[in-house]
This record gives sequence, C-alpha cells and structure tokens, in this order.
Amino acid sequence: MQLTLWSYEGPPHIGAMRVAASMDGVHLVLHAPQGDTYADLLFTMIERRGQRPPVSYTSFQARELGSDTAELVKNTIQETYDRFKPQVLLVGESCTAELIQDQPGPLAQGMGLPIPVLSLELPAYARKENWGANETFYQLIRGLLKSRVPAPGSERELRASGARPLANLLGPSALGFRCRDDVIEVTRLLDSIGVDVNVVAPLGASPADLLRIPEADFNVCLYPELADQACHWLERMFGQPTVRTVPIGIGATREFLAEVGRVAGLDVTHTQDPIWSRMPWYSRSVDSTYLTGKRVFIFGDATHAVAAARIASEELGFTIVGLGTYAREFARDVREAAKIHGVEPLITDDYLEVESRVAEAHPELVLGTQMERHIAKRLGIPCAVISAPVHIQDFPSRYAPQMGFEGANVIFDTWVHPLMMGLEEHLITMFREDFEFHDGATASHLGAGAGAGRPQESRSEPVETTDRADDSIMTWAPEAEQELKKIPFFVRGKARRNTERFAQERGILTITVETLYDAKAHFGR
Amino acid sequence: MSVTDTQATACSGGLPEVNRERGQRQVFCGLAGIVWLHRKIQDAFFLVVGSRTCAHLLQSAAGVMIFAEPRFATAILQERDLAGLADCNQELDRVAAEILERRPDIKTLFLVGSCPSEVIKLDLAKAAERLSDAYRGRVRVLDYSASGLETTFTQGEDACLTSLVPELPAGSAGERSLLVLGTLPDVVEDQFARLFAELGIGPVHFLPPRHATDLPPLGSATVVLLAQPFLGETARALQRRGATLLTAPYPFGIEGTLGWLRAAADAWGIPAARLETVTAPAIARAERGLARQRELLAGKRITFLPDSQLEIPIARFLQRECGMELVEVATPFVDRQLMESELAWLPSGVRLSEGGDVDRQLDRVRTDRPDLTVCGLGLANPLEAEGLRTKWSIELVFTPVHGFDQAADLAELFARPLVRGALLRV
Repeated sequence: MQLTLWSYEGPPHIGAMRVAASMDGVHLVLHAPQGDTYADLLFTMIERRGQRPPVSYTSFQARELGSDTAELVKNTIQETYDRFKPQVLLVGESCTAELIQDQPGPLAQGMGLPIPVLSLELPAYARKENWGANETFYQLIRGLLKSRVPAPGSERELRASGARPLANLLGPSALGFRCRDDVIEVTRLLDSIGVDVNVVAPLGASPADLLRIPEADFNVCLYPELADQACHWLERMFGQPTVRTVPIGIGATREFLAEVGRVAGLDVTHTQDPIWSRMPWYSRSVDSTYLTGKRVFIFGDATHAVAAARIASEELGFTIVGLGTYAREFARDVREAAKIHGVEPLITDDYLEVESRVAEAHPELVLGTQMERHIAKRLGIPCAVISAPVHIQDFPSRYAPQMGFEGANVIFDTWVHPLMMGLEEHLITMFREDFEFHDGATASHLGAGAGAGRPQESRSEPVETTDRADDSIMTWAPEAEQELKKIPFFVRGKARRNTERFAQERGILTITVETLYDAKAHFGR
Repeated sequence: MSVTDTQATACSGGLPEVNRERGQRQVFCGLAGIVWLHRKIQDAFFLVVGSRTCAHLLQSAAGVMIFAEPRFATAILQERDLAGLADCNQELDRVAAEILERRPDIKTLFLVGSCPSEVIKLDLAKAAERLSDAYRGRVRVLDYSASGLETTFTQGEDACLTSLVPELPAGSAGERSLLVLGTLPDVVEDQFARLFAELGIGPVHFLPPRHATDLPPLGSATVVLLAQPFLGETARALQRRGATLLTAPYPFGIEGTLGWLRAAADAWGIPAARLETVTAPAIARAERGLARQRELLAGKRITFLPDSQLEIPIARFLQRECGMELVEVATPFVDRQLMESELAWLPSGVRLSEGGDVDRQLDRVRTDRPDLTVCGLGLANPLEAEGLRTKWSIELVFTPVHGFDQAADLAELFARPLVRGALLRV
C-alpha cells in the first residue's frame, strides 16, 4: 500500500478516456463499477466540454457480482454500438474490473461487430494515466495503420516539388495542459517557416484522419508522454522522422525551428523572431534584475519540467534548487537536465517526498502542478503551475499557450506574478515593523487575504527539526534569533540552514549574531 | 441496456408507482461523501483503502481547494498487495501510523472500504478493531464501506454514520432526548436548536456532531428525527439500539419543515397552538421570501435525474410550494419506510423511477424538453449545450437548504439557472 494524500496521475483507464474523448468517431466501453463515471466530470467540468465523453460504463454493482458480469459486458458493448455507431471501438477495464477478470476485450472481439475493435490492456495497479494514454494512442495508430505499412525496402514517395512540407502534430489531447492553444501556436510557428500541418492527433482527429498520418513528411512529437510510442512506430514502419525538440521557451522554440528546418530541408537560418516574441526584452529590462538568482524548485511531467528548468536558468536568470518529475518513464530526460543544472534529480510520484524535498530546498518560488500548490500553501511559498495535473482555472478561456513565442510571453507573466514585486521587496527588507506591509502579509499586488498569515517557520522545516534532534547541543542565542528575523522571509529558511551547517562544521555550539554574519560571508548569496 | 427490467410496482394506499430501471448509472459512489463529512467532523480523518481510481475521484472532487493539511487520503493497493506478497494488515498498520504521526490532532480515523478492497475481501472491520486497540485512549478507529458496488453518493454518509452508532454512549435511562440525524450546515443546526428550545423540546443532539469526540448519548428513550432522507441504515441501527424513529416529512420548504417539527412536538405532547405560535414568525418570513421565487418557478416543468435521494422531498417542495410541474422524478433508491410521508404528498400519476439507465433517461429528457433538469455534473454542461437548462444536483448537499429560513434559498437554487438563461445575451 502506498499512502497518497494527492496523486499526480489517475489510473491508466483515464488515459484511455483522454484519447477517446480527444477524438471523433472513437468510443470506449469501460468495464467498471458504479461510480467510476466520476471521470466524465474531468471533461465536462474541468475542461468545460459541452459533450459527454464517448465512454460507456458497465456500472456493475455488488448484486451483479454473483451473476454473469461477462453477459453485462456483452450487452453494454452491443447497446453502445447500436446507439453511438462509432467507427472504432475501444474496450478496457478499470481497476476493480481487472480483479474480476471478465476479459472484456477478447469478448468484444468475438462479437463480430462490423468495425475495428481494439482491446486495451491497462494494468491499473502497476501503471498510470499517461502510460494509459500513450498505450491507447499507440494501439489505435498501430491497429488502423498496420495493414498499410509499406513493404520493407520500398522507398518513401518524394514530396512534389514546390509543395510545402507537411507535418503531423502528435500528442495534444483532452485534459492535456494547454494543448488547445499550443496546437494553434505551433501551427502558426510552422506556417511562418513554410510548413503545413497534415493531421493533429489525437485532439480533434477521427479514425479517417489517423489513416492520413503517413501522408506527412515528418511527425512533431509535441507531448512525448502521450505520443512517443506512436512516433517510434511510425518512424520504424513508415520512415517518418520525428522532431523531438519540444518548443517551450525561447531557446527551445528557436531550436525547434532549426530541427524542423533540418528535417524538412528548409533554410531557416534567416528566420527572425517574430514581433510577438516579447519575453527576451522583458527579461532583459532592468525591472527584472531582481529576479537574478531567485531560488526555484521545479516539478511536473518530464517535458514541462525540463523545459521549465531551461527557461528558469537561461531565460529568467533564476537558480534551480530542485528539479523532478513524477513520470518515471521519462526519468532519464530529467536526470540529464538535473546534471546540467547541478541539482539532484527527484524522480517520485510520492507527494509527501516532494513536500519534504521542497521544504529542504527552501525555494523562493515553486513551479509545479496543482499538487505543488498544496505544498506551497503549507510552506508559504509563491507558486505557479507549469504542468498537469491541473484544475479548472488552468483551462482558461483566453489564449494561453506554453509553446512557441506567445507561450514564452505567457510563461514570463505567469511565473513572475506570484513573486513579491521589486520595490515592495526592498522596502520590506529595510523597514520591518510596518503594520500593513510585513513578513506575515502576502505580496500586496495579490490582494489582501490571499493566503493571509504565513505558517510558522518550524512547521515549514520538518527536515531541520530532525537534524536538530540529532544535534541537540547546538542552540541559537536570543540576539541571533532576533537578527535572523531581520532577513526577508523568502530567504530566511535558507539562511537558517546555512548558518546551522556553518556552525556544525566548526563545532560551534551557540549561534551568535557573529556566527550568522560569518556564515553569510562564507556562503555569499 | 437489456438488463433493464422496467417493472411497475403497484403500491398500496394510492401511493405513486415506481418504475425500476437498470443500466449504466451516472452517479457518484459513496466515497464522494467524504468531501462534506471531513468538513463537518473536524477532528476526523478519512483513509480510503482502494486504488488510484479512488484517490483520483477524491482529488478531482475536492482538489480544487488548496489544502495546507488535507483530512483525507488513500492507501493505494499495489501489485504486491494483490499478489499476497505483502501482508495487507501490516501495510495498513504502517500507513495508519504514518498518518497519525503526521496529524497528532486526529481523534477519529475512518478506514473507508472501496470496490477493490471489497472484491479482494480485505477485512477492514478487523483492522479497525486491531488499530483501535493499538491507539486506545488516543484515536478511535472505525470502518465503513463507501464502494460503488454497495453505495450511491449520499449513502456514503449513511454508511459512515452507521459505523458511529455503536460508539454512541448510552443515555441515562428514561431521559427522553431528541436526536436529529443527518449532516446539516452549522447555521441550520443552530436554527433548529433554537426552534426546539422555544418549543420546549430537549435535550436535542445532532448526529454527526461537529467533533467526533462529542458523540451524542443514545438510549431507549431517544427519539430520532431524520433531517436527510438517505440515512436508512443509520436509522435502523439506532432503532436496534432502542431508539424510536419518528415518521415525518423532510424539512424542506415551509410545509416539510412544519411537518417535521410537528412530529417532534407530537412526541413531546406539545399543543398545536404552541407550535403555531413558535413557528409563525419564521413561516411568515419564509412565505415572503418564497413568493418572489414562486413567480419565477410556477408552471415550469422539471425533471430529476437520480443522484442523492433528495429528489423526492425536493420535488414535493417545488411542486406544492413553488407551483412547478413534475415531469419525471428519478432517484437512485427508494426507501419506502423513510419516504412514506413524502410519497403521500406527491401528485398521483407522477412519473417516478428508481435506479437508472442514463442513456434512456436522457432520451426521455430530450423528448420531454423540461424547463429545468436536475442532474449531475457529468451531464449538466452537455445538456446545456443542447439548449436545455440544468440545475446541478450536488449543490443540494453543499448548500444550506433545510428549514423555514432556507426555503426561499432552496427555491432560488432552481430559479437561478432560469434567471441566468433569460439574462444572458451571449
């Protein structure tokens, strides 16, 4: 058993639902107990869709367990087919159905329906949502295209001369973080260098669209968590190269354009940043100087975490004090990025472990998921959301991509917003006893009451309390404790930890004001 | 679905007929009850023993709030638990210890059963007993099932409160007391407490209490009044411990609240004139408030899809006090004993259904095109997109709707989507 306050991903059948709900003409039958229809709300409420997701449930209850649940599965499949007339039927199980083993997939395949029926294996106790989506998308593509794979050794047809190169955008999906606008932004980017989009999938695609995938010159793998298996297979079977750079951030977007240029045989060396690329100037303007060296902790899916780390260090001048992902399948990318930024990678889906690592690192800003917002609230640290899982406020009405140049503009505003603004930060440091602007108050541009009252420092440092227990002889002199309070709250935790480390290394038992400043000189800022 | 057996059950005494329907059900499981129970009982922690799906349900429902200290969690079963490689009982002990170490302020820990834990027949009752022994004097550990196999939405509260019944201390013999059963918002609880005091009914206790450490006493002279219609199991458990159940309508609207208070007043032998005097000011206020809403609602046609078992009493209120026309009233489960007073108040010939097959129900909604459809959040936006106005039903368990002073608020919940529909020009 794993104690879970919050989980980063749903079970794998949610991933299958995301693929089905992204598409037209695909229906999913789920063998699941009454109550599992809660998942419909993710689509109708969190993403605010105006249609029910194309998912039918067997909704079995206790009284049916004694009888023939397999018959219930067959009836549900038949009625689903008769009512919705899908072009492709997916059949899968939720976690409880997996335990009773009715084999709904093979049952469905034996029913002689006049459409492709794909049976999904979704191991609910070993795998999670993104794996389920990746697997479902791969099975769909493979199932529909395997009969069209060209004979080995046959040459790919060359694009008619003069025609613009064609790309597929693979990976965007229902409930994906900002997929809707990323697709628009990437389409605009590609258009600016003379590349057209052939198929976007799974978001908005029909089975007939999937059949057109081989017509493109190459695939753009926008979200590896969802599409990397499908891209690998298309590369092997149809010889379609995959563009793997994910264009989140200015640097990554420029690299993405260069990679597309290479793959498509286009000269993009003279392509200028477009007029909507404002983020580089904003970041260079003197108002942003105070952002230099802000300590930031990053956690999310691998794609967004790695992209965020690069933006944070190269484009905003932050210092990265933690980098991690819950996506074990993509841990390698995060490990490599962590090495570049000189931090220990955190690969875990355990919320409590993330919480303790954040507390330990004393960041001034957390970039994470909806779950890190809980952690940041508890620790009183500003936070911005960079990755799924997210809640309704991160499916905004306005245009809000993360990718491309407009994405970089959005990211600049979103990440800087929760930080206290420069003037306020200066004044709080200089004058500590103001009744309105003080340590305990939230940054004033966030409005009163937003997280009023910061938590006690001791609560925010569970790791330190254990340190102190081990080393109970070390104490803080009252004047030193007073002096520590004069350090602004967002770096105070770090100062406390550094001073204690400094004292410990030198065998100092009582930390005085002198020790505090010695430590400050030793570590620098 | 062909498993649907639409059989009309004739009722005696001219009560409306109930059509039973079976098929795909668009309802929550009982785990959803944790979302409000954890707020009501402030010193309790809810540990679901289940799968990632259960954890995902809870956080999808409650995770939009940002918690510094969540009061619920899931012990997610792993492959090694299913394969029998790990001793589930030891695992559960470890997880419970971890929670209680993190949250020393917790006084009651509920182990909540789920579909997976039930299918693998994990004995949570035994576990609760063992853990209770281990933490005796500090934490009470209880268990209940809120699986989708066994419970629908609000039945989760029924199961939770049933597990509290054996814990209620014995009341002093012969002392008559009133026990109001069912989660009520704090403000409503206070209003009812004042009304009972004025009537001279007392002592009055509420179940669930605001703190699980303040459990009300229970004895053979305890009289139980249900504030919520979905608490059949708890009511019967209280009866088995000697309490007496009052037959009453549910306190929605003026009529329901008055009937509900009258049941208690009769049991205490309070004269009708006294009841009238005490309730007259509140009723006059409620009538003024309701008049405004009635103008908006009268003559409008309404359909209820099954969700919480609140459908029948609220349909009764909307029909009798707001002048709405009932097209269909569907409810997940009809407890005839607890619905006796309510069914008698429904107009004869009303279309009443129990259970559900969501696709067929939606077919009927599309044919009927009611002015308002009460349904869950999985259906509300899709129906709105088809041009049908909806009222999402879950709000009825999250809003103060009981009692005289909330009668207009309750009606307003149904008027609001209609007003909004008429207001918007986009």
